[in-house]
Order: sequence, then structure tokens, then C-alpha cells
Amino acid sequence: MLSTRSMRTAGLVASVALLAAACGSDENVGQTGVDAPEIDCKGAETLAASGSSAQANAMTRFINVYQAACENHTVNYNSSGSGAGVSDFLAAQTEFGGSDSPLDAEAGEVADARERCGGNDPWHLPAVFGPIAISYNLEGVQDGIALDGPTLGKIFSGEVTSWDDPAIAELNEGVELPDQDITVIFRSDESGTTDNFQQYLQTAAGDDWGQGAGKTFNGGVGEGAKGNEGTASAVASTPGAVSYNEWSFAQQRDLQMASVINSGGGEPVELTVESAGAAIDAAEFAGDGNDLRLDLDSIYGTETEGAYPLVLATYEIVCSTYPDTEVAEAVKTFLSVAVTDGQQNLEEHGYIPLPSKFEERMTTAVEAIS
Amino acid sequence: MTDENEVMTNTSADSRKGQGGDPGAEPPASSWLGQGEAAKHRRADALFRWLATGSGIAVVSAVSLIGVFLLVQAWPSLQANNANFLFSSEFDTRDAENLRFGIRDLLVVTVMSSAFALVIAMPLALGIALFLTQYAPPAVRRPFGYIIDTLAAVPSIVYGLWGIFVLGPFLVPVALWMNRNLGWIPIFATGNVSIKGGGTIFTAGIVLAVMILPIITSVTREVFRQTPVKHIEGALALGATRWEMIRTTVLPFGRSGYIAGSMLGLGRALGETVAVLVVLRIASSPATFSIFDGGYTFASLIASAAHEFVHPLPTGAYIAAGLVLFILTFVVNAIARTIANGKMQRL
Repeated sequence: MLSTRSMRTAGLVASVALLAAACGSDENVGQTGVDAPEIDCKGAETLAASGSSAQANAMTRFINVYQAACENHTVNYNSSGSGAGVSDFLAAQTEFGGSDSPLDAEAGEVADARERCGGNDPWHLPAVFGPIAISYNLEGVQDGIALDGPTLGKIFSGEVTSWDDPAIAELNEGVELPDQDITVIFRSDESGTTDNFQQYLQTAAGDDWGQGAGKTFNGGVGEGAKGNEGTASAVASTPGAVSYNEWSFAQQRDLQMASVINSGGGEPVELTVESAGAAIDAAEFAGDGNDLRLDLDSIYGTETEGAYPLVLATYEIVCSTYPDTEVAEAVKTFLSVAVTDGQQNLEEHGYIPLPSKFEERMTTAVEAIS
Repeated sequence: MTDENEVMTNTSADSRKGQGGDPGAEPPASSWLGQGEAAKHRRADALFRWLATGSGIAVVSAVSLIGVFLLVQAWPSLQANNANFLFSSEFDTRDAENLRFGIRDLLVVTVMSSAFALVIAMPLALGIALFLTQYAPPAVRRPFGYIIDTLAAVPSIVYGLWGIFVLGPFLVPVALWMNRNLGWIPIFATGNVSIKGGGTIFTAGIVLAVMILPIITSVTREVFRQTPVKHIEGALALGATRWEMIRTTVLPFGRSGYIAGSMLGLGRALGETVAVLVVLRIASSPATFSIFDGGYTFASLIASAAHEFVHPLPTGAYIAAGLVLFILTFVVNAIARTIANGKMQRL
């Protein structure tokens, strides 16, 4: 009897501690290194948004900072996927949408968006950048072996099948590569990560890839695992494996990550906040004026020295002018928080904070929303 | 027959009275069946019969409607399919204009993983059931039974994660050994995914075996427990050892129950979704009929694509796969029933 009671007490204590820890971490997300910024909180108190799950964690952080700054104001972000993000926005069910890819003009999405915005243009604002790591599992080989676009293309299309292939050895002089088969691990589910990785291969590897892009893996080699967590754990458990992961998952699993030689040749670039930031800073835009739709080729094919080319951009899709001014004010306030104070310490969640030059560009665009 | 009826109605009348809280009005047992009362009981009898028949019809029609639904939904996609539905190992539904899907690999992976699970689970379940009913001291029986039943309550995602993170890596040396020494037998040959990764039918089959073990065990145990005591005592009185007694009385008596339980387990294994989805790696080349293959089963393929069911034609392709699983389960059950009945008659 005594023992049950004491155990019950222990359980209670434990759960209270857990609860406290949970609350604590929540607040941390909101407050790490951020004093509530001083902002003129205007507009509608509640905004609805939905879309890309790739930016869900960043969005949680933005919302926390926004709430810290503006009492009673909040954004409900539903990470239901990019497709749903776009269709919800077009149906005016949400005030802005999160998407891994821009609106498709050919499919009439741009025209629909113009109609939804009361005849005004929609804008793409790339507020969240997440790098993709090339992770591998080679025991006894140092971290950060160097790979370039063409070699990655050959590995992921099954042309290079062994780790001591001359194509890899050439890039890694002085590194003893084992005579081990390469096991390519890909995402078996449809994913924006796969799409972006294949777009990178198309740009950087050219004919050495030649399998096209899309949300399912086209390489025709290797074995699939479900989700980022699936591929990351598959790399961890399979000797000789290589895969592409969102950075945070590779970090959590403590995987070996390759340095990438970008299209400019030059030195292998390790994935860091600075190197990914350099690629973002050098990005060019495909949209006009404040529509900051990115020319992804300028990132994937970057020739800037020290720039890490594998960066996935996710957009907030907004109206340049909203039919409802209350909504416009709130969207403007929220996004200005997101692109400034919200970006601080974002690397802790596996994202790359906007580099300063890019941040200015974004701020200008956000200010122009009306 | 009438006797039985009378007993039955009698008890039901009693219980009604009990509920009504009117025990003082109890007439003498011989003359209580008055004219009006008899009519009432006939109505209750008819009502009960309709309820029972209705339940039976409801189940059969639900299953038939599922079959019809699957067929109707799948038909347009089957018409639009550009690959051989039965023999192609492609499953490409990205382009609704050019559907290419076949069930060859799905069938191979589904059947092999379930059959492998059954091969492991059936003897184990038989052993456990015999131990619990014939050998275990009564003090052990009950807690032991609870433990087995608890296995059935573990969510399948937990089995999946256990399979891929714990069991898979643990089994890698065993799998490599089997592949090295028995690789000349086709089913132990190197498959289309890496053995070192652990995401093979081998791992999935063992996970499935653990999952279906409690189902087979509990059905078998209940049947074995029903073995007439007279048979057992008779066998023992004739000088049979305990094993001989089991072989001549318990096993023949419980055989059909054992097979029925195994079929329930097989049904679970064929339809298991999440655990298999988590464990199996997806191959990029066709299945090779090895237990070191990876791939999708019918159920895990459907689950993996469930959130993309937007356009009717690609969705229909998955429904067609579901239809095959439906038919497969039906056929397997029918065959098993026939076997069970045949054995029963012979004995």
C-alpha cells in the first residue's frame, strides 16, 4: 500500500515536471534572445494561414515572437502541405499561404490569386530557407568528404556505385575511400525536399543527372524510406548509405555531411549558416518589383565562392493589396516581425536566418503591402 | 426441442420479471403459460430470430457492398491502365493521363511477409496454447495468459518502430549469415534492398509474427481448453503419456479452432499497414522472391499514398490494389476453411 502510494506520488511529480518542462520549452521558442520587439500592433487580431510543413517550425517561432510583441494578436498556421496552402489561399479561406513552390501561372493559379486579391497581384515572399544536407555513413572516413554536382548526379542515378570510384576519389585527394557499395536512400513519399534536390541536380549536374525533377525520386537506384526521419535513420543504420535530408534531421541524427563544390568550382563548401546565407544573398529574382519569386537556378547553380548551393526556399504567398485593410495591416505586422526578429536563432530549428542584404529586400516588400 | 424452448423462454421470462421487480406474481411452474403469454413468447421468439438473421445479413451485405464499391471505383482506372495489372511491378500514378500500375510486387511482398510470419507464429502459438492449457501450473496460467493478450494491445506503430530501430539492426548479423550460407536457395538470395539496412521482408515477417501471435494463441487456447475431460481421462486411463494424450485428444479436437485462429492471424498480417510501412525499405527494382527484398505491401502502399488521393483516376489505381487484397484475403480464408473441414472429417 505504502509503495503504491509513493509510486503514485512519484508519478505525479514526474508528470508535473514534464508539464513544466513542456511549458518552459514553449516559452523558450518565443523568447530565446528576443526581447518583445516594439511594434505598432495594428489590424485584425486573428489571421488564418496554412501550407508547407517544411516551414512549420519556423512559423511556430514567428507566431511566438509576434504574440510576445502584440498581445491578443495571433496567427493560426495549419501545416497541411503546400498544395493545401495554395488552394486555401485561392479560396480566400486563409489570409496568406505557405508554399514550397511558387504559384503555377500555367495552371491558372496566378489569375485565381489576382481574383482572390480583388484584382491586385499576388506576391511571393521567401521568408524561410532550409538547407538540404548530403548525409552519408562511412565508418573510418572523415566528416565532410567533398562532392560536386556532376558526381552527385552520377551517384543518385546509379552511374557511380562504389565509394572508391575515381569520380569521388578525384575530389578527395588524400582521403582513403573504402571499397564499399553505395546505398542510395531516397524519400519514398512525395516530398518538396526530393523536388528541390532533383532541381538542384538538374541545374548543377546537367547530363550527369538527366532524370528530371518532381516530388518523387526519379534516380532509379537505391531504396526508399518514408519521411525525413525515415531517410535520416536509414542512413544512420546502413553502412555505405548516402541520402539528402533537411539539415535539422541530419543534425539530430549526428550524420556525416558532405561538403559541396558549387558550380563555380573552387573549394568544397561545408554546410553552415554563413555558407547557405551566402547563396541566399547572391540569389536573383524571377518576379518583378516586390514579387520576390526566386530564380532557383541562381541558387542551385551559384558560382559564388563559399556559397552552399543546396537551399530550399519556402514562400509566404500574400496579396500585394488586400480587399480588407484590417487584414492587410495584420499581415504586414506579422510578416515584418517574421523577417526581422523572427529570424533570430532560427538556425536552432534547422533553418537559415535571412542574411542582412536579403532581409532589407524583404522588409521593403512587406512594407509595401497595403 | 419443445423442452429446450420452454427452458429458454422460462429463463428469459424470469430475468424480465427480475428486472420488473415483481417476484410475488410468480404462477406455479406447470400452468404459467397462459394463452396471451404464449403469443407474447412466440413474438419474442420471432423477434430474436429476426435480430439474429438481420445481423448475419448485415455482415454479408456490408462485405458485398465493400467489394462492389472497390470494383466500381477501380474500374475506370483499370481501363486507363497502360501496364499489365497482374504482372507489372511498376506503380506509377503521377501522370493521370498515363497510369502505369501493376500488382506483381505488391502481391509478392504481401504474401511472402505474411506467409513468413505465419511459419514462425503458428508453431509458437501452438506451443504456448498447449503449455497454458496442459502443462502450466494453474498459478502461472492466468498471468501468463494476460501477458500474451497484452501483446495484442500494443499499437502497430510501436511494433513498426521497434522493428526498424531495435529488431532490424539486431537481426542483421543473422540475416547476413543466412544470406552467406543459404544464399543458394532462392528465397535466401540477396534481394533488392540492402540486408545491412534491416528493412527487409525478413524483419517485417518477424514483426508480423509477434503481432499475430496473441490472436492465434488466444483462439487456440480457448479451443484446447474445451477438450472433453472424459476424452483426456480416457486416454490417460489407457496408459497414454501426456504427449500421447495431447496427440490423440487435444490436438484432433482443437485442430479446426487452431486453423481458424491462424486464419484470423493471417488476415491481420495481410492487412497490417503501419508496422510494415515503417519497417520495409522501398526498392527501386522489381521483387526477386527473396525474403531479403523490400517494397510495399498492398496495405502499406495505400497508406503511403493516402494523403494524395485527389484525382479519381490515380486514386482508383490504389483502390484496385485494395480490391486485390480483398479478394486475396477472401480466397485464403476459403482455402483454409476447406482444409480445416477436410481434416475434421477425416479424423
